[in-house]
Amino acid sequence: MSEEIIKDVIVKENEDYIINMGPQHPSTHGVLRFEVCLKGETVKYIIPHIGYIHRGIEKMCEANTYQGIIHLTDRMDYLSAHINNEAVCLCVEEALQVEVPERVKYIRTILDELNRLASHQLWWCAFGMDLGALTAFFYGLRDRELILDIFEESFGSRLLHSFNTPGGFMHDVHPNFQKRTKEFITYFRKKLPEYDQLLTGNIIFQERAKGIGYMSAEKAISYGVTGPSARGSNVACDVRKIAPYSAYDKVEFNEILKTEGDTFARYQVRMGEMWESMKIIEQLIDNIPAGDYTAKMKPIIKLPVGEYFKRVESARGELAVYIVSDGNKTPYRMKFRSPNFSNLFIMNELTAGGKIADLVAISGSLDLVIPDIDR
Amino acid sequence: MLNKQELSDLILKWVPEATFSEGTQLMEVIVPADKILSLAEELKNNKETAFDYLISLTAVDFTTHMTVVYHLDSTKYRQLIVLKVVLTDRETPAIDSVTAVWATAEFHEREVFDLFGIRFNNHPNLQRLFLEDDYGYPLRKDFRDEINIIER
Repeated sequence: MSEEIIKDVIVKENEDYIINMGPQHPSTHGVLRFEVCLKGETVKYIIPHIGYIHRGIEKMCEANTYQGIIHLTDRMDYLSAHINNEAVCLCVEEALQVEVPERVKYIRTILDELNRLASHQLWWCAFGMDLGALTAFFYGLRDRELILDIFEESFGSRLLHSFNTPGGFMHDVHPNFQKRTKEFITYFRKKLPEYDQLLTGNIIFQERAKGIGYMSAEKAISYGVTGPSARGSNVACDVRKIAPYSAYDKVEFNEILKTEGDTFARYQVRMGEMWESMKIIEQLIDNIPAGDYTAKMKPIIKLPVGEYFKRVESARGELAVYIVSDGNKTPYRMKFRSPNFSNLFIMNELTAGGKIADLVAISGSLDLVIPDIDR
Repeated sequence: MLNKQELSDLILKWVPEATFSEGTQLMEVIVPADKILSLAEELKNNKETAFDYLISLTAVDFTTHMTVVYHLDSTKYRQLIVLKVVLTDRETPAIDSVTAVWATAEFHEREVFDLFGIRFNNHPNLQRLFLEDDYGYPLRKDFRDEINIIER
C-alpha cells in the first residue's frame, strides 16, 4: 500500500461515522429520522429529525368547528384517540361551563382506561419485538383485539373512534358494553401474569433493558418529559392525580413510581399501570349511572372570547389543549401540547455515550408515536 | 405555597412593569420582552415559586401584534401560571430564548420559529423543525397557500 492510502485509512478511522436511522426504520414506529453519530459502536450524539408527517393540524383547527376538530385529534396520537378527543371536549365544556351528565363522566373514564390498556399492550408487544422477542408481539396483539372489538361494537370503528363530542357522546354505548368489558377484565387479569412470565422475568430481556438510558428526575422535568417515562424516574406527574377530571376523583388507584430511571424502570411503570387501569375500570363498570348520554348543547358552539387551557393524562404523558377564542364558531388559535413532542428530545441525553444496540431499546421505552410529535 | 396575591407581589418586585390580566382561567402575567429571561430565571430558581416545568411554549398572531405564551407548572407546589409577552414588531419579531432555564424550551422555540417566524435570541440551534427553509410561516394569519388552503 502506498503511503497516501495508509494516511487516508488512518484519517477515516478517526472520523465520526454518521448514519441515518429512519425515516423508514421499523423500530422508530413511524416516520422519524435519527441522525446518529458513531465512534465505533458507541453513540456520540443523535439528532432527531421530525416533520415527515406534519399535517398542520393546528392550522386546520382554525378552519373547523369545535365538533369537527374532534376528528382531527384522533389522528395525532392514534393509540390513545379517545383521550385526545376527551381533552378537546373537556376544554370546550369548561369554557362553556356545561356540566356533563354523570353517565358520561363514568363512561369516559372507563374508555380512557380501556384505551390506555390497549395502548400499553401495543407498546409491550412492540417493545418486546424491538429487543428480539417475537412471541410477545402475538400475545399482546391477541389481547388488544378484544378491547378493539369492544370499541368496534360501541363506536363502529376500532382505532379512530371520534366518539366524544362537546357535551357528551355521539350516541349511547352498546347494550353489551358493560358485559363485554367485565368479561375482558376477568380474562386479562389471568393473561397479564403471562406477560411477566414471558418477558419481565426473562434474563436476556432484563440484561438488555437494565442500566441503560438513565434519566434523572431533574433532567426529566427540565426536558418536560411526562407520563410513564417520567414516572420511571420518580417524577409524580400524573394529571389524573394532580387535577382529576371526569370520574377520576371517585376512584382509588396508585400512581406507579420507580426510582431507577432506566429503561427497565419505565417498562415496569407501564406494566404496573395496566393493573391500575383494570382496577379503575372494575370500580366504575358496575356503577354506571343511568341517564342521558349527552348534555343539551346548541348545534353551533361558540366559545366566549378568552383563552382556555385543559390538561389530561394520555397514555404517553400530559396532553394539554390551549384554545384562544374570539367568539366565533371556529377557534382563533388552537395549540396541542403533545406528550411525545417533549418526550422525544431527551433521546440525545439518554443515548449519548451508550452503544448503538441500546438506542433501539431506549427509544422503545419512551413509547413514541410519531404523528403526535409532528401534528 | 404562595397564594395569588403573594405571587403577584413577588413578580412585581422582580419586574415592576408586569401587569396582570383580570378574569382569566389561569393566573396571567404580561411581561415586557426584555424582562422575560430574568423573570423566568427567578421563577424557576426561587424556592417559593419553583416553576421548574415548562408545559408549553407557543405563540398567537393577533394581526396587529404577536403574543408569546408560556404555560408554567411547579412540580413541587402544582401551581400554574401563564406568562405572556407582546411583540409589536410583526416583520422581524424577536425575543430572548429561555433554553438556559428549561431545556424543553429549545424545541418549543424551534417550533414557534418554524410556524410563526419569531426569532429567539441566543438560541443554541434556531433551525426550522417541521418545514422547509423557503416555506412561509403558516400559523400567521396572513399566510396564504394558494394551492392547498381551504377558505371558509
